[in-house]
Amino acid sequence: MGVVASYLNDIKDAVSSTFEGMSITFSHLMRKPMTIQYPDKIPVPIQDTLPHRYRGILEVDMDICTGCLACERDCPITCITIGIDMNKETKQRYFTHFDIDICKCMYCGLCSESCPTGAIRHSSEFEGASYNPAGLVRHFAPQAVNLYKPKKGGETEPKLITKVDIGQAYMDEFATPDGGAAEEK
Amino acid sequence: MKDGAFAGVPPQVVYAIGMVLTALVVLSVFVAPLAGVTSWLERRVWARMQSRVGPNRVGPQGILQWLADGIKNIMKEDIIPTAADQKLFPLAPYVVFMGFLCSFVVIPFGANLIVADLNIGILYLLAVTSLVVVGILMAGWSSNNKWSLLGGMRSAAQIVSYEIPAGLSVLTIVFLAGTLSMQGIIKAQGWGPWDWFMFHNPFTFCTFFLFFTAALAEGNRTPFDIPEAESELVAGYVTEYSGMRFLFFFFAEWGNLYVIGAVATTLFMGGWQVPPVTDNPVLLAILQFVTFFLKAYFWVFVAMWIRATLPRVRVDQLMALCWKYMVPLSFICMLGTIGFMFMSDQGRRIFGALTLGFAIATIINFFRRVGFQFRSAKPEFYWKPQI
Repeated sequence: MGVVASYLNDIKDAVSSTFEGMSITFSHLMRKPMTIQYPDKIPVPIQDTLPHRYRGILEVDMDICTGCLACERDCPITCITIGIDMNKETKQRYFTHFDIDICKCMYCGLCSESCPTGAIRHSSEFEGASYNPAGLVRHFAPQAVNLYKPKKGGETEPKLITKVDIGQAYMDEFATPDGGAAEEK
Repeated sequence: MKDGAFAGVPPQVVYAIGMVLTALVVLSVFVAPLAGVTSWLERRVWARMQSRVGPNRVGPQGILQWLADGIKNIMKEDIIPTAADQKLFPLAPYVVFMGFLCSFVVIPFGANLIVADLNIGILYLLAVTSLVVVGILMAGWSSNNKWSLLGGMRSAAQIVSYEIPAGLSVLTIVFLAGTLSMQGIIKAQGWGPWDWFMFHNPFTFCTFFLFFTAALAEGNRTPFDIPEAESELVAGYVTEYSGMRFLFFFFAEWGNLYVIGAVATTLFMGGWQVPPVTDNPVLLAILQFVTFFLKAYFWVFVAMWIRATLPRVRVDQLMALCWKYMVPLSFICMLGTIGFMFMSDQGRRIFGALTLGFAIATIINFFRRVGFQFRSAKPEFYWKPQI
């Protein structure tokens, strides 16, 4: 290409690309902004719009927790601390405390993968603002809570059946990397 | 003054006080809200062009955001670094601001609404806007900081370079109008687009875009904002500034945007010329002001639009664009316009009409492209300006 031709071509390129670029940006004026105006000006609670399998703050269903300590052992940063004691008269074991430090938690999900009943799991909650770090420690056993003992042949108590099912569903969904899609096939 | 409230005071002093008061009123009633609202609008327009929302909390749709920002900045501590030049550092923002504010003297908002119709109006404008370079260089050097100095040097090089295509474009119009006075230039045009200098002949049409680009570069606007390129120079010459002095720099920048639009309107788009619809002088003045304001603000919008569209150019690209492309092109446009001045008015009008037709065709084509871009992205349609 000659010098003059390339010079003119440069001008043509500048004009046409600016023209095209400006038409793209102008068309954005008629598009709906992507921004979610959290926390107000949203039609539904933001937790409902989160994706499936979202890893929010950990929650524990103490009614189906067996106290196996698998989560405490698996936690890479030891943010879970569990204390178990036994009543000497009734031989009933109970939790003295079950604390998860949300400050330390890195949302890796290893605890929920190793849980045999699906008691520990990620909720869709993510609003963890607090005035001090102590406020971010979640106490799941404020009073002594008895350990759950899985019965042979399945759960019979109707209140616990639903909880066991929820835990099982969570395990099927979360503890398998593809969300259980391979098993369905 | 012999009697009255100012008995015994020399008339010069009274006039001087009056002028200062008028300047204060103009500054606080027109220029400050203009620059402020422009800053808010720019953020809104820019946000929408990037699929964001922009400031919308302070006041209805966030229109008072500029007041909140201004108050915040004024109440901040005025920090002058120990190593900075103690005299030049505080002075620099005012020099920049003065260069911007002085240009309002010759901006014709209406047939009679002008501070001073200087017979060298446009030359005066080019001169006072060059004062901004002094202020920027002052800020860059006195900050005693490498980023600031680099920003100041770049800015000086940029503004001095782009003064040439801008000046040549202005010269083209001065040839056509035969006067340097702003009112004279407007009076040489008509209210219809076919009487505007922009559609006088194909060369003035190109000159307009050259002028607008050069003016953007002189105003340190994106894509030519290398003096304050955030990714390379922190904030360029404003790195060390905070609070009120920082505010003055940005006040000048956003106000300058309107000056660019106003000058482009005056030179190329018929200024305040309105169709002869009314004889009422007050109504006519209002109509002229509104016409001028809207025309000028359209170009402010285009500047925002360009800012949202184009990436920042490199320093060498900036200089190449100026010296290799814009300076020769503005020379060609000037010579071409001189050629058209030898042509008979009948023959010239045919070329003017062709230019106008080309412009209309471009606008139609532009909206077709916008429609194409919109359809190909398949987005959710939302045309309302508020959100």
